[in-house]
Amino acid sequence: MTKMTGAQAIIKCLQEEGVSTIFGFPGGAVIDLYDELLDSDIKHVLVRHEQGAVHAADGWARATGEVGVALLTSGPGATNGVTAIATAYMDSIPIVVLTGQVPTALIGNDAFQEVDIVGITRPCTKHNYLVNDPKDLVPTLREAFYLASTGRPGPVLIDLPKDVVASMVNFNKKKKIKMQTYQPHYDPHPGQVEKACKAIMAAKRPVLYIGGGVILSNAHRELTELAQKLNVPVTMTLMGLGGFPGTDPLSLGMLGMHGSYASNMAVAKSDLLIAVGARFDDRVTGRLDAFAPHAKIIHIDIDPTSISKNVKVDIPIVADCRSALRGMNAWFDNCDTFDPTASKKKHAPWLNEVNEWQEKHPLAYRDNGDVIKPQYVVQMINELTGGDAIITTEVGQNQMWAAQFYKFNEPRHLLTSGGLGTMGYGLPAAIGAKMAFPDKTVIDIAGDGSIQMNIQELATARQWGAKVKVAILNNNYLGMVRQWQELFYNRRYSATPMEITPDFVELARAYGAVGLRARTKDEVVPVIREALETDNVVIMDFAIEREEGVFPMVPAGKATTEMLLV
Amino acid sequence: MKHTLSVLLQNKPGALSRVTGLFSGRGFNIESLCVAETLDPKISCLTLVTRGEEQIIEQITKQLHKLIDVIKVSDISEGEFVEREMVLIRVKAEAATRAEVLRIIDIFRGKVVDVSPSSYAVEITGPESKIMAVIDILRPIGIKEIIRTGTIAMARAPKK
Repeated sequence: MTKMTGAQAIIKCLQEEGVSTIFGFPGGAVIDLYDELLDSDIKHVLVRHEQGAVHAADGWARATGEVGVALLTSGPGATNGVTAIATAYMDSIPIVVLTGQVPTALIGNDAFQEVDIVGITRPCTKHNYLVNDPKDLVPTLREAFYLASTGRPGPVLIDLPKDVVASMVNFNKKKKIKMQTYQPHYDPHPGQVEKACKAIMAAKRPVLYIGGGVILSNAHRELTELAQKLNVPVTMTLMGLGGFPGTDPLSLGMLGMHGSYASNMAVAKSDLLIAVGARFDDRVTGRLDAFAPHAKIIHIDIDPTSISKNVKVDIPIVADCRSALRGMNAWFDNCDTFDPTASKKKHAPWLNEVNEWQEKHPLAYRDNGDVIKPQYVVQMINELTGGDAIITTEVGQNQMWAAQFYKFNEPRHLLTSGGLGTMGYGLPAAIGAKMAFPDKTVIDIAGDGSIQMNIQELATARQWGAKVKVAILNNNYLGMVRQWQELFYNRRYSATPMEITPDFVELARAYGAVGLRARTKDEVVPVIREALETDNVVIMDFAIEREEGVFPMVPAGKATTEMLLV
Repeated sequence: MKHTLSVLLQNKPGALSRVTGLFSGRGFNIESLCVAETLDPKISCLTLVTRGEEQIIEQITKQLHKLIDVIKVSDISEGEFVEREMVLIRVKAEAATRAEVLRIIDIFRGKVVDVSPSSYAVEITGPESKIMAVIDILRPIGIKEIIRTGTIAMARAPKK
């Protein structure tokens, strides 16, 4: 047991968890901690807005699979982080957010920069703490990392009153954490695994529907093995992209509102839907009573609340996706009556049908002479990066075009705000990913609207040498809302034209970054090439077809088979 | 369908707020809620009455269980259980009705806990149906004030 200040203990706890980099913004309530940071080997990345700090920690976490850490001051520092905490919560991303708080004696007195951040973030964190007593400080930090990273991961916030951080605490040796009230269930019930496998054996038209859980549990190999062993087509949610190789012939791409025709048709006609780490979100299911109407449903999820929440499930498996898939692979390998060749043969007619849908309506767009099509930009980014870049997105049309036209072959290569749909996520998340993987190409595919929500982080990228590239698909509109207005509101473009947009090339220059612009189709490839070769932060401004839409599209409240096509 | 849930949770600041926040945030309804310490002062027991279809109740139970501060959730209305509620009623008791009020209270095995020249305050305990019956009978006489505790409940011990 060693005595030290609270600030020193916090730093030691971070080191104990293997944290090398944190993202934050200082203030009065956390000044002791910042003072201590100067003497530690932890790299602190100073952002320009607290939302950026938490998104960057989230980007770090998604790209690495480790817990991301953000450090914010009390009051506005903490509230500025809330949107990003909710973003991580909706997508089950493991982060620990440390916020400063006024001294315990002042709590509740409306002190300067005081806010009840524990109260505010209760519904958007996996758990949160206010450390009132110095002796709770070290155990709370350890518990927070444990909670954030185990079970269904998620953000955990710790509110740290200034006097607690300044007081002397005991630093004990770390013991294995055991909590009476929290025991995540990793291993599948063997009986349920057997039931699921037998249902698969009996199915004629099975589809694997995979979500972010496959990526969070690092189950992509097991998933790929199962799909290929059984010869079953795979459709992915936005969060699931990269959980199965996008270029594999069995991949149908994304499903749901902007999913591929083949994905939505396959789910609609399937007799067995195997949901793995997905949660039947409304953007995936469309009208619920018309979703997979003929299918028996197997649902693997570590969170029991996800099961039978929106859709009634026939065979639930509460388990870590990876363990469950391992169990299923092993069951098939040990099953005397299972023959992969026969399975391939049995599913051939179904796969033919699926392929026909793919050929009939592949993801497509209409070329228009010299005009830049956003889908073409994404395709060229895919081609010139060899499909190997880490792509972050903002939210809106840019996000959907990135999801549709970039073929993700590896997990943790698409970082996007799926659940909350947070515009302004992409740039700070890209910085977080680039700090973790300095040698990787990291590109934020953005719109001209959403990039402006956290554009200040260009300075962060410059200061820390996070040489991310930003591809702005610039249509001078808030494009996704404009598309809805075009289709469902009689082209009444209320508040969607961006009448003033900065000159992004000049703006890049103002930040000491590089700005490049493409106005015509033939300028697209040279611009991307130059951006990739430039040893600096780069903004690429693509003047795209202004009223291009994202298709296919399932109008809200319709069945997923009622797609508007190109 | 009415369900009575019994929830054991850590007796920590904010723990109750996590439970009530879950109900308001997810649009579940709370008909009544009662909380107090158990024999172990670190643990509180909460009795919660809610209403909903099976699927909603299943979600409520799972979501409660997911809260880190929650130790155990049981839907005790699934089996045999005893439920009690206490009510304090201040009822008009003037010369003409004083005797009648006392008779009614006696029938329901209630107690007079406060007396004034024009009213009695009475205490009655029982399942919700009994409480409702008392209220219905006293209402024509004139209820001035009413305070209910909400239901507490306990599963019956197995017969064998």
